Amino acid sequence: MKEVKISINNQEVVVPQGTTILEAARKIGINIPTLCYHPDQAIKANCRVCVVEVKGSRKLAASCSTPVWDGMEVVTTSKKVLDAQKGVIELLIASHNQDCLNCQRNGTCELQNLAERFNITKTDMDLDILDIPIDDTNPAIVRDPSKCVKCNRCVEACRNTQGVDILTYSHRSDEYIISTPYNLPLNSTLCTYCGQCSAVCPVGAIVERDDTDKVFDVIADEKKHVIVQVAPAIRVSIGDAFGLSEGEIVTGQMVNALKQLGFDKVFDTNFTADLTIIEEGNELIHRLKNGGTLPMITSCSPGWINYIEGKYDHLLDHLSTCKSPQQMFGALSKSYYAEKTGIDPKNIVTVSVMPCTAKKYEAQRPEFNTEGVRDVDIVLTTRELAKMIKMSGLDFKALPETEFDSPFGIGTGAAVIFGATGGVMEAALRTVYEVVVGKEMPSLDFEPARGLKGIKEAEVDLNGTKIKVAVAHSLSNAKKVMDMIDKGECPYTFIEVMACPGGCIGGGGQPITTTLAAKAKRIESTYKIDKEKLPYRKSHENPAINHLYDEYLKEPLGHKSHELLHTHYHPRNKKVADIKLK
Amino acid sequence: MGSIATPEFEVLNSELTSKIDKILSENEYDASKLVGILLDIQDIVPKKYIPMDVAAYVASELNIPLTGVYDVITFYSSLSDKPRAENIINLCKSIVCRTNNYMDLQKSLEKILGIKVGESTADGKFALQYSACFGACDVAPAIKINQDVYGNLTEEKLEEIIKRYR
Repeated sequence: MKEVKISINNQEVVVPQGTTILEAARKIGINIPTLCYHPDQAIKANCRVCVVEVKGSRKLAASCSTPVWDGMEVVTTSKKVLDAQKGVIELLIASHNQDCLNCQRNGTCELQNLAERFNITKTDMDLDILDIPIDDTNPAIVRDPSKCVKCNRCVEACRNTQGVDILTYSHRSDEYIISTPYNLPLNSTLCTYCGQCSAVCPVGAIVERDDTDKVFDVIADEKKHVIVQVAPAIRVSIGDAFGLSEGEIVTGQMVNALKQLGFDKVFDTNFTADLTIIEEGNELIHRLKNGGTLPMITSCSPGWINYIEGKYDHLLDHLSTCKSPQQMFGALSKSYYAEKTGIDPKNIVTVSVMPCTAKKYEAQRPEFNTEGVRDVDIVLTTRELAKMIKMSGLDFKALPETEFDSPFGIGTGAAVIFGATGGVMEAALRTVYEVVVGKEMPSLDFEPARGLKGIKEAEVDLNGTKIKVAVAHSLSNAKKVMDMIDKGECPYTFIEVMACPGGCIGGGGQPITTTLAAKAKRIESTYKIDKEKLPYRKSHENPAINHLYDEYLKEPLGHKSHELLHTHYHPRNKKVADIKLK
Repeated sequence: MGSIATPEFEVLNSELTSKIDKILSENEYDASKLVGILLDIQDIVPKKYIPMDVAAYVASELNIPLTGVYDVITFYSSLSDKPRAENIINLCKSIVCRTNNYMDLQKSLEKILGIKVGESTADGKFALQYSACFGACDVAPAIKINQDVYGNLTEEKLEEIIKRYR
């Protein structure tokens, strides 16, 4: 590729043609301020915080959207530039609800950081703050338009990354806002609660519903036996929130922190991820043998379930009837675990730590209860757990490594990789292949399912029967696969879908700084745990799972399994989004 | 939880649906003609606006997201997402009408109708709103009532014109 030489503040830098001023400057250690810019999104260039001087041009240029040319001379440090940047930030602050001390994003707010960086201590501007009520009508996500800086990142995530199209820009000029159609509350739309909007919002305008207080309360209640399960993706992501390098494996520190926080037992969702594989693998084999609905599609991702229940409700039979690992854990915690420990299920509080905002919604689905007791009581995102650890004064980096408790503490490598896109497919194939063919897969590393390509496909030879499988992550890719099924043009037998880009390691509840680069690191660590850190790599080899079947469930897809581990789906919100009177 | 009420869905009946279908088919179900389609539909909806169920119906028939329809409705001042009135009075305040004292017209209209710009009369007959230029600069200051343009106006002329719509 052709390279061009430019100068920034009289420093020469050579970059490939097509590089933006912003990227070129970062290369030589000049950090031009940004707000609407997000490394994983299309350039929007609407906030104007990143303006710089380009010699020969009368106007300042937005550095995020201006490509460099040979001989370009840029100045980023002049008074003219700094005044303009500061002016833009002051204007944004003048229309921002400055409730910073009471804000969930206090300390992780990009506008707050800019105000600090530009030494903004007083402003003589009149405040003009949007008067639209907070939308807290759902269990997962809270929207506060008074804090919105109209950067459009959430719209980009909702419309383009996810293709869900609930958030949009509306009105114009000084009335321009980010909104839902007709300012509907999210619970009246087909919002999937995937939370990708909350993960890219630079400020506190879209946040997860904070449930940390509920957890502190139940831990303090001596009558309650409080247990926690931790999703596979947390152990390679929560370190980010404590300044560790991206994707660092912190399983032991995390368990230690949870014990210090006062949970009675610390369990691993990997245990029920393995259980999911046994049930789902057998379900696939059953469908193949008995002419069941194919392709079968995975059902672990609650954002995905919300999506298909909203937009493809005529294809619900394709979903595996398996509950997600979170809900399988919940059901077992209030039945098997209660029986085994002799604790009244009413006094067991099951908390989950998930990389996901949609899991909060999933846990509250009416069907997920065992004889009237909620299966999962409280769901925390990665971000909320990090806050609890910080609040408790634990130096996360320095914590000793502690093991999960039994009986739900043993998980295999097959369960760990649930966190990465393609992981459920790979884990399922490791088991299905062995059950059908009678020997181990040629290689346990199923490379075609790995990586960040939007839709991955592969062919597997099951004793002469060749089946095609596919993996899709992010809902916009799921849509492509669903449209194939809809048109009767789908060549696949088994499909894994994860709502979030990258899978759970890129979930909407993950630390705020999550970028594509961070996701790649987390995926790398995930496969490292699978290959190097655990004694078992196949779900059916998990001794605790086998014990559970011997002692309690008896057999996969059996009576007890159907009662506790399987579910059904229903169309949602027909009233709003799909009005057709014909 | 929450203080936001879910809007009701009552406007779209089978009669209106078949009228909308006719408009859509005249426009060949072409989503690139959305602005024209919405203007035509708005004209036949009581109180001259695009209710949510109508927007959702149009979106689904044109196979575009509801957000896209809402974005267009709220962008153009000729389209409204809220009920207005039987007759929409557009008062131009672009540059030529501005230099020809559109403010005098505004005062007269507010006096005759008993409402301010942005409001509707209690009987639901008139809504008064500002408009961008609609090309009647030769007779500025001008107003547009529904699709009819009136220029060279005085308070007396206005009274007479408004009477015709009562």
